[in-house]
Amino acid sequence: MISKDSKVMLEVKNLRAKVGGVEILKGVDLTVNAGEVHAIMGINGSGKSTFSKVLAGHPDYHVTGGTASFAGKDLFALEPEERARAGLFLAFQYPVEIPGVSNSALLRLAYNTLQTERGLEELDPLEFEDLVHEKIKVVEMDPSFLGRSVNEGFSGGEKKRNEILQMAVLEPKLAILDETDSGLDIDALRIVANGVNSLLTPDNAVVMVTHYQRLLNYIVPDYVHVMDGGRIVRTGGKELAQELEARGYDWLRAAA
Amino acid sequence: MSTVLNNLVNQPYKHGFVTDIETESVPKGLSEDVIRLISKKKDEPEWLLEFRLQAYRHWLTMNEPDWANVNYPRIDFQEIIYFAQPKPKKQLASMDEVDPELRRTFEKLGVPLHEQKIMAGVAVDVIFDSVSVTTTYKAKLAEVGIIFCSFSEAVREHPELVKQYLGSVVPSGDNFYAALNSAVFTDGSFCFIPKGVKCPMDLSTYFRINTEGSGQFERTLIVAEKGSSVCYLEGCTAPQFDTNQLHAAVVELVALDNADIKYSTVQNWYAGDENGKGGIYNFVTKRGLCKGVNSKISWTQVETGSAITWKYPSCVLLGDNSTGEFYSVALTNHLQQADTGTKMIHLGKNTRSKIISKGISAGRSSNSYRGMVKVGSRAIGARNYSQCDSMLIGDRCEASTFPTIDVQNTTAMIEHEASTSKIGEDQMFFFAQRGIGSEEAISMIINGFCKDVFVHLPMEFAVEATKLLGLKLEGSVG
Repeated sequence: MISKDSKVMLEVKNLRAKVGGVEILKGVDLTVNAGEVHAIMGINGSGKSTFSKVLAGHPDYHVTGGTASFAGKDLFALEPEERARAGLFLAFQYPVEIPGVSNSALLRLAYNTLQTERGLEELDPLEFEDLVHEKIKVVEMDPSFLGRSVNEGFSGGEKKRNEILQMAVLEPKLAILDETDSGLDIDALRIVANGVNSLLTPDNAVVMVTHYQRLLNYIVPDYVHVMDGGRIVRTGGKELAQELEARGYDWLRAAA
Repeated sequence: MSTVLNNLVNQPYKHGFVTDIETESVPKGLSEDVIRLISKKKDEPEWLLEFRLQAYRHWLTMNEPDWANVNYPRIDFQEIIYFAQPKPKKQLASMDEVDPELRRTFEKLGVPLHEQKIMAGVAVDVIFDSVSVTTTYKAKLAEVGIIFCSFSEAVREHPELVKQYLGSVVPSGDNFYAALNSAVFTDGSFCFIPKGVKCPMDLSTYFRINTEGSGQFERTLIVAEKGSSVCYLEGCTAPQFDTNQLHAAVVELVALDNADIKYSTVQNWYAGDENGKGGIYNFVTKRGLCKGVNSKISWTQVETGSAITWKYPSCVLLGDNSTGEFYSVALTNHLQQADTGTKMIHLGKNTRSKIISKGISAGRSSNSYRGMVKVGSRAIGARNYSQCDSMLIGDRCEASTFPTIDVQNTTAMIEHEASTSKIGEDQMFFFAQRGIGSEEAISMIINGFCKDVFVHLPMEFAVEATKLLGLKLEGSVG
């Protein structure tokens, strides 16, 4: 947890953002250090998904105020692909289908783009095959998924596991999991959570955006933040999530 | 959507220059006199003039087809120049005597006319406006009995072959544009592969329209005798003019017993500017006749660059066990309109056909697949598989599919699959979030989409096609 030598990974200050002309984020502050797991909870419309998309640079979302630094860089000065190459990863709430593009071709292009960025050698298809066959074990997926078009004809759970496979291959500094637990049955949830846990190191960090406490039984956060009305209104340890689960979001509002 | 998509689709046309060369043309407009003049200039035999005049008289009774899903102002056929050629010098003794200006033109287009510099192992017939400039590797091909020359030369040197096959697949009155072509065609390529010969190299025709206001009406005739095979490539470009130019070609293929013809086109005429000004009207009739048993004709086309495309390379499967194939990628951007597809006419027993069509629409363009699969009453055991996929880039373009299936034999098996997909902002954001830039993302999506067609292109064409689609789409997703 917090120690003197902890490295600041992400520092967001007073972030305000709009989508379609409506201000959704109204001053978010968040600091994430390397080695930490954060959970952002909140009701629908509280701004938690917007927050993750703004960080990743979705073109529909416009920053209207505040700052964010990521790995020492001004995050908002970077294009979405530059943010990704700098080590920011978003696991999508609704992963898109890419017909005709195989999973392995996508993974290899993404991986090699990063290798180039990091000044490392690109892997040829055979070398990459070895790497990805190791990584795929993390999410207990059958290797036949690698030859299939990205997410095409995948079940909801398979799509989410595919997101975590991408995370495993790309080894981001900061992974934002946007409602990765939604639509997962209990087995898929366990697999996804085990996958994420196995990828945690003292040098990376995870921010989970979720509606339910359920996921947090599997991936235990160091911090729980509650978002409401476009702001983080409460921060606590993992017990805050349990309290929310027991008493509901209204309890917080009443308390506020 | 977005600038990235937009920038990707809006790459300028690179072949739009005009060659400054002295040309000789007949006055614009069409009449029997003009046809007689063309025929005289080409020193043609009487039967060919008769063929032309018959076609012309038939054409006069026909109406321009209006069933295609394309819109354009009526063409004034009296405003078109029907014959233009670089001023002839003396008879060319060797390639080195080709007008240096012309040679430079083709070098700029990547079609060098020196045999030693030519794409390894591809013989090329080069058509500039109305005439064939040169044909390479002619002598080498003649050693194995292959005739590969300009159409005019074939008329002079091999009149009996031309007479036998001209109009045998596409009769002169077949349709409005075929009739027009039959009346005024000026040159083109002729190719004859004798019995049992596998053509040792790919044959290729490169078409270039240069003169403003001129139409191009070329004629290609390929005959593959029993047991022979040939792979044929066609490439085309045109300068950038504000006016529309008409290209109305006719291609006829004849495959006898056990013969195999593979015909590939990468078409990159000038498509007009982003507001739809200028560009080529590509109204082409291409048809192959699988005349003999076990014969096979395969069409592969990559259509990227006409203002309007009206084109249905077809196969008539007359011989028992014959096979027809059609693989197509049609890309439209800006205000381009394409209505393209194929006809597979099953007449013989156990005939098979396969149709793979990929339409990509961007900008405000319209892209239609129109296809017909017809199984005659005597075509026992006929089989067809069709797959028509459309991809939309952005939200102002249009894709349509018009399949017709007409089966008169109960033993036929016909399958048709169709899909529509869209390159959307969410896909682009997904790629970006994985660190992949928009150009690479689009190229990856498009290549994935077109994979089933590209594998049927000869290697150098496949590379060119991939690049071409990338260029055409620069700036269209974002």
